Amino acid sequence: MDLFEYQARDLFAKHGVPVLAGEVIDTPEAAREATEKLGGKSVVKAQVKVGGRGKAGGVKLAGDADEAVARATDILGMDIKGHTVHKVMIAELSPEIEAEYYVSYLLDRTNRTFLAMASVQGGMDIEEVAEKTPEALAKVPVDSNSGVDIAKAREIVAQAKFPADVAEGVAEALVTLWETFVAEDALLVEVNPLVKTKDGRILALDGKVSLDENADFRQPEHEALEDKDAANPLEAAAKAKNLNYVKLDGEVGIIGNGAGLVMSTLDVVAYAGENHGDVKPANFLDIGGGASAEVMANGLEIILGDPDVKSVFVNVFGGITACDEVANGIVQALALLESKGEKVEKPLVVRLDGNNAELGRKILSDANHPLVQRVDTMDGAADKAAELAAAAK
Amino acid sequence: MAIFLTKDSKVIVQGMTGATGMKHTKLMLGDGTNIVGGVNPRKAGTSVDFDGTEVPVFGSVKEAMEKTGANVSVLFVPPAFSKAAVVEAIDAEIPLAVVITEGIAVHDSAAFWAYANEKGNKTRIIGPNCPGLITPGQSNAGIIPGDITKPGRIGLVSKSGTLTYQMMYELRDIGFSSAVGIGGDPVIGTTHIDALAAFEADPDTDLIVMIGEIGGDAEERAADFIRANVTKPVVGYVAGFTAPEGKTMGHAGAIVSGSSGTAQAKKEALEAAGVKVGKTPTETAKLAREILGA
Repeated sequence: MDLFEYQARDLFAKHGVPVLAGEVIDTPEAAREATEKLGGKSVVKAQVKVGGRGKAGGVKLAGDADEAVARATDILGMDIKGHTVHKVMIAELSPEIEAEYYVSYLLDRTNRTFLAMASVQGGMDIEEVAEKTPEALAKVPVDSNSGVDIAKAREIVAQAKFPADVAEGVAEALVTLWETFVAEDALLVEVNPLVKTKDGRILALDGKVSLDENADFRQPEHEALEDKDAANPLEAAAKAKNLNYVKLDGEVGIIGNGAGLVMSTLDVVAYAGENHGDVKPANFLDIGGGASAEVMANGLEIILGDPDVKSVFVNVFGGITACDEVANGIVQALALLESKGEKVEKPLVVRLDGNNAELGRKILSDANHPLVQRVDTMDGAADKAAELAAAAK
Repeated sequence: MAIFLTKDSKVIVQGMTGATGMKHTKLMLGDGTNIVGGVNPRKAGTSVDFDGTEVPVFGSVKEAMEKTGANVSVLFVPPAFSKAAVVEAIDAEIPLAVVITEGIAVHDSAAFWAYANEKGNKTRIIGPNCPGLITPGQSNAGIIPGDITKPGRIGLVSKSGTLTYQMMYELRDIGFSSAVGIGGDPVIGTTHIDALAAFEADPDTDLIVMIGEIGGDAEERAADFIRANVTKPVVGYVAGFTAPEGKTMGHAGAIVSGSSGTAQAKKEALEAAGVKVGKTPTETAKLAREILGA
């Protein structure tokens, strides 16, 4: 889960990373009090989870409270690269900046360890720095179990060649940033820019944090950080039912068991769509190994509730859960939805393979549901589902 | 022969007495796996009856190894307790730990991986978030259905469980030497490369099927390894061509970040290394058949 800047700022502050005062608001008028609290001047910063907001006009200085209200009025509702601004942060004005740096910690999947990255060329897109001047970006592996103490932080600072007058300040900031990374179960903590001010302070002026949702069991406070407004309503409904669902922009609804098989199903449907009006998968939905009637019904309910969906492809490989159980699940799920008064009007193509496939197919055939078609190969079923979606488009 | 797991493997189950552990221990026994014990400190000294097979419960991995000679542990431990359970397996120096559990926090898996390195990698870790591995006709350590296929000459390594089953099913008439599900998490123990190296060295494997998916660069690195080290034919499949950038597709590690981790890049890297890559699982199986002439 990626956080907004203000949420990152709050986590940094909680763990002692030096930050400026700031407050998030969602109405222009609230900018007045927030700016007055900061002594009458502020920076109004759009809160969007995308880079380049400064260039897009999403960051403005306000010389007094009236101006802050005016700037907040401009920025709230603004569209930045497809992201609508619903919140702005009213931040304390930074003291005059002398230099901008970059520091981050992230997971290094390749080496299965954590990585510190640091550069004296901050304030710009770090991927650009990595590409154009790779020698200016220090990458230092960090062992998960020994972490970053002040000695390790000094090593990072030395490798990135920070000037002597800021070295100790940056090292201290790196220790607190590591504390944030570990204590919050983050996958990424990034400060860009980390600045040196004329009056000699080291400050984190902007930051990104991405949190590991697998750690939610020991991070009860993280739930409140979720951006419930931005979530797609179908994704939110699926999440409430513990379903692994991602909304996409096509017409063929997909249900399958197992993440890999569902990803593969999306691809196979997209290939089939090339021959059928260019239809595409409408979603990713993994109902997991169990594939019980109840879970199947929940999944179907979400997918049939998506107005973009014109046909549905249920692709199940029976492993431990046998196909007869899955077939019964589908039949019961349809009955369950119909008994709840939900109209099931979209055609379903079902492919069952694996454990007890014959038995499962027989159950579907015997049920003889007018909307359900059986196709017994994955490629064939994808083709049929794409054809039906194209016909209904 | 086979890789990592044979009929001689003596298997213990950490988390055997939980619901998932019980269910799959029974299935593994049914597939002929030599399960010599379970581990649960609160139930040490008791035993569990699986349709007439009494499996003793030990207080620790170390005790189970001392009393039974166990050399493989399969873990069905909930995410919150998995790090401690894997660390216990590493401390006991069990040669193979198969971590089935899905949903382990990355800071925990990175920690036990670092710990395994620190201890000299005496324990091979497979997973987490994986279906385990099977050597058909000999032993099954995990949740792969044992009745899909028979012993044969194809080796399979995959990030995905259900795609493993699908591919074993597609090629069920030919059969498999071993099939290894390495897991879909960002940090995993055994990689494609480890399995490729083992299959290359296994005299009973004639062809290797490698299944990858979006996220990270494991497939690209496997391609480099194949070019330099693998003489046996390799057939590949990559899932996730249609996955949008920045969205996690079911597996915690299955995410395209910016321009990295795409299925297209992985496919191209594999093809450049001489791997035949199928567009769909069925086409991939067909490629394998053509090479084997079966």
